[in-house]
Amino acid sequence: MTAATEQARRYDVPTGQRRFSSYPDYPTYNRRSSDQPIHGIESNVERRARGLGWFSIGLGLAQIGAPRTVARFIGIDDDEETRNTMFAIGLREITSGIGILSSRRPTSWVWSRVGGDLMDLALLGKAMNTRSNDRNRVGAATAAVAGVAILDFMTGQQLSQEGNGSSQQTGEAFQQKGAQTGGAVHVTESLTIRRPRHEVYGFWHNFENLPRFMAHLESVQVLDNRRSRWKAKAPAGATVEWEAETIEDRPNELIAWRSLPDASIPNSGSVRFKDAPGNRGTEVQVELRYDPPGGKIGALIAKLFGEEPQQQVKGDLRRFKQVMETGEIVHSDASIHRGMHPAQPPEDLSDVELLGTAREHAVQ
Amino acid sequence: MARKESVQIMKANCWMGKKKVQVEEVPDPKILNSHDAIVKISSTAICGSDLHLYNGFVPTMERGDVLGHEFMGEVVEVGRGVRNLKVGDRVVVPFPIACGACGACEAGMFSVCENSNPNAWIAEKLLGHSPAGIFGYSHMLGGFAGGQAEYARVPFADVGPLKVPEDLTDDQVLFLSDIFPTGYMGAEMCDIQRGDIVAVWGAGPVGQFAIASAYMLGAERVIAIDRFQYRLDMARDRAGASDIINYEQMNVQDALLELTGGRGPDKCIDAVGMEAHGHGVTYAYDRAKQAMMLETDRPIALREAILACRSGGVVSVIGVYGGFIDKFPMGAVMNRSLTIRAGQCHVHRYMRPLLERIQNGEIDPSFVITHRLPLDQAAKGFDMFVNKEDNCEKVVLST
Repeated sequence: MTAATEQARRYDVPTGQRRFSSYPDYPTYNRRSSDQPIHGIESNVERRARGLGWFSIGLGLAQIGAPRTVARFIGIDDDEETRNTMFAIGLREITSGIGILSSRRPTSWVWSRVGGDLMDLALLGKAMNTRSNDRNRVGAATAAVAGVAILDFMTGQQLSQEGNGSSQQTGEAFQQKGAQTGGAVHVTESLTIRRPRHEVYGFWHNFENLPRFMAHLESVQVLDNRRSRWKAKAPAGATVEWEAETIEDRPNELIAWRSLPDASIPNSGSVRFKDAPGNRGTEVQVELRYDPPGGKIGALIAKLFGEEPQQQVKGDLRRFKQVMETGEIVHSDASIHRGMHPAQPPEDLSDVELLGTAREHAVQ
Repeated sequence: MARKESVQIMKANCWMGKKKVQVEEVPDPKILNSHDAIVKISSTAICGSDLHLYNGFVPTMERGDVLGHEFMGEVVEVGRGVRNLKVGDRVVVPFPIACGACGACEAGMFSVCENSNPNAWIAEKLLGHSPAGIFGYSHMLGGFAGGQAEYARVPFADVGPLKVPEDLTDDQVLFLSDIFPTGYMGAEMCDIQRGDIVAVWGAGPVGQFAIASAYMLGAERVIAIDRFQYRLDMARDRAGASDIINYEQMNVQDALLELTGGRGPDKCIDAVGMEAHGHGVTYAYDRAKQAMMLETDRPIALREAILACRSGGVVSVIGVYGGFIDKFPMGAVMNRSLTIRAGQCHVHRYMRPLLERIQNGEIDPSFVITHRLPLDQAAKGFDMFVNKEDNCEKVVLST
């Protein structure tokens, strides 16, 4: 057992165990250095982070449950738009709160609070300029948010530092094989698919299938039996392209790949296939690791726009399961639109996003 | 592929905010997946669980969401993956959407289908794992447009919809979509034994079917509990309850002890859910906490059912809960060896056997219908149903 596995066993909540120690034959990669808890004992900073987590949840619940009261309290007109904004902010607060309290990595969630604070300050600044609002109250609210923002920022910084102090770089495979680690995003997700292992492996093995269920991939072109060319959507409408090479391929067990050295976003990944007990199909475990453009701040901004890497990978895996089990990606009236959209039939199929084969079915 | 007549715009009942629904013109549904069918709706109903949406207790609703999950009609278009249905078939559609291919579906647990909720990530945040997608029931449960409309898109149409014979009326088979199977599953989860006395909290439409089903499954006696006399009368006169308890007039626990020789009911069914009413301090406490969003659900009926149930008995929960409850009497559950079973109904597995019971004349589910309105007047239907006006029990909308 490596030191990293050992640490995972001792300090992680069960999800950590699931990700590390229950698969002892997997190479273990150190997770993001800043996310490591330093000791089993909770530090002051972690306690403060937990306090901020509960604060987030309380505030979020108030914003969703009593938007009018909150609006009055901070001196803003109580209209439809305010209520909608309040609801969105409330959801964000609850998400941050739950994230901080439940996460193995409260650090990034505390940073998400900082981002949220900046957003709130911007909104309050806008509210200040609206005549009908009570400027004294808005001013007081702004001061309060600014205070909390400072606290969030300090907590975030201290958590990050604590993490760095204790980081252990014990990851084997990818580090030795050259993928970047400093400030990298590392995601692990698992899902069980009710299909035989060779079938699940076989579908993934053809990388050109991946864009059928990976929302951010535009295309993958297989160049030869080792190399492939990947094209992905980046936040804010940009695209990135890179070449990757397969570094390990064990039939029906494992596929691992990494970007070639000149990639603008160095990344690597692996997928493992294992029989689920009791003929339940195949357990698929995906690991992805990449250096987001713009480092930590870039990752944070991406998260604010809903591009949370863990969720993305989980979503991709879920769509993979849909494709394997049902033959296509399942769409609802709301899911075919980017962002929230009323659950009404689409007016025109040309302006909706249908991943995978469905578009072909839809327009025939 | 067959084409339906070219209607571009349809009428649909939309959620427009708390306590506000409105029939709007929205685009016609289209085939989005190869296993879809488009159904031209003939009859659709307002469900008690729609009132939780109406009253604003279910998160992740968007202004404009098309409501409705109890509907039937005629198939007017099928995707190329649908082999068992053809244009012109008359079908009843189950409210949970199920793929038929995942582990849950394979196990017959259709309402927890692993593939049918494209917004599973939202549900996971609140519920740990995601259940199936449901028509017209929040974005957390999929963001699917519902069936209080002229047309609906039905995903996995080769798995869900049940063809119904022409000699049965809409009124007789419509409730196979939800409330009859839901009530039946509530009774089935009780594992009813000879001599069992079953108590049912809530004499709404689901409660009525739970009562009738408990008898089908061999209950000795069934006790109905509610606060509206007209509902209790229906439970006694139509569903066949042997005893009724109006909790505004008597103490439920005392009455149950008296009716069961001091044992308590052997099996208890909660057909109320998250918006229970009650008396006194605990009711005020739950209302206040729910209003402040400190708990999402008011579990008054559930608590009462647990405390009333005889030791070693079963509490079966079919009333809808959305999130978190408070002051849950776990001590009673553990120390008195109670079994709690719960679930959104796995409608798919009950539709056919229950259709047979209807065909055999064992039950005519239309007895719960008290009001019929055109789809246009959906808002009036919601208003009557939520306020229990004019002895409203079940509203059916026709298109």
